[in-house]
Amino acid sequence: MEIIKKAQAGSFESSDILILIEPLDKKTGRKIEIDSTVMKEYGDSIKKLINNCLDTYQVQNIHLIAKDKGALDLTISARLETALKRASQQ
Amino acid sequence: MKKKRRTMLYIPGNNPAMLQQGGVYGADSLLLDLEDAVAINQKDAARILVRNILKEIDFYDAEICVRVNHIDTPFGMKDLEEIVPLQPDAIRFPKTETPEELGRLIEIIEHIEDKHGLPHDKMTLHVMIETALGVQNVFDIAKLSKRVDAITIGGQDLTADMNITNNRDGSGIDLARKMIVMAAKANKIDAIDTVFVDINDDEGLRKEAEYSKNIGFTGKAVINPRQIDIIHEVYQPTQEEIRKAYKIIRAFKKNKEAGIGVFSVDGKMVDAPVMARAAYVLELAEIDFDSI
Repeated sequence: MEIIKKAQAGSFESSDILILIEPLDKKTGRKIEIDSTVMKEYGDSIKKLINNCLDTYQVQNIHLIAKDKGALDLTISARLETALKRASQQ
Repeated sequence: MKKKRRTMLYIPGNNPAMLQQGGVYGADSLLLDLEDAVAINQKDAARILVRNILKEIDFYDAEICVRVNHIDTPFGMKDLEEIVPLQPDAIRFPKTETPEELGRLIEIIEHIEDKHGLPHDKMTLHVMIETALGVQNVFDIAKLSKRVDAITIGGQDLTADMNITNNRDGSGIDLARKMIVMAAKANKIDAIDTVFVDINDDEGLRKEAEYSKNIGFTGKAVINPRQIDIIHEVYQPTQEEIRKAYKIIRAFKKNKEAGIGVFSVDGKMVDAPVMARAAYVLELAEIDFDSI
């Protein structure tokens, strides 16, 4: 999937996650910033999930900011998928 | 066994907190809403979230229904393509006006089911009547397909379509309510009443639910979990109804053991519809059939 513009999805409500993404130049790689209310317990697993989703969609050069308010994995995946699809549309 | 649908709780499809807790609210049915409860610019987000929710969340005993957007909107087809393969218990289709429109929807759903190797007889359809034209056509809509197992009235949109005020006493939509009930009864399917929007008026809700039940609705849509218990109380069978149902089931079991097929209770013959009604009353009363 090719990310061509900035996009966001989700919210900062409880049990949700706000994901903001923008494309980076080729070969820049992934810059992922995560802020979570459960950072200590789940920070690593959230980062792993995000990277796995980006692998699935074959997205490499991206700046991603995630502000998490205790979202389940299914919500994180849903919001990331939504943001990526929005960012890939003309 | 007939499904209990005393309450159908609307849950906004873009609200993860409410969606993931859906099973604990105690409603008989959950309506995961992709339509009116979701802003236009969040339709895509809600669709993907509800899809993931359907795949992973356990809603315990609640029936799961998804209200999709109308197929004439930019969102309806995409909703069906994502949701139909997951086969929730039912799809709720808004603003149905003609049997031809319903027929088109069913064709689309069956095409998606064929693509995924799914049967045509598992997921049912709930049809929403929300316009005067829909009310006029409700009898033909209700009888179109065996997949339709509930008709529901959308009171807010109906009053807007009729250009009338939505009065407390519901007088403006009373004829519509009764036509919808009659069409549902003629086809032996459920009739679900519209929501009561004032979530702080318990007495008003109870009064409206009692009226709905008296004219034949089998349940009511709700917009807040606080409304569930009141409606369940209204639909609770009376002691007399429970006693009668208990008697019928006990007699059925006794006669079955003795190899007797036809029997009577209190001088009245008990046939299959009477048995089904008795079993439904016991289910509403939460009495275990097997314990009798």
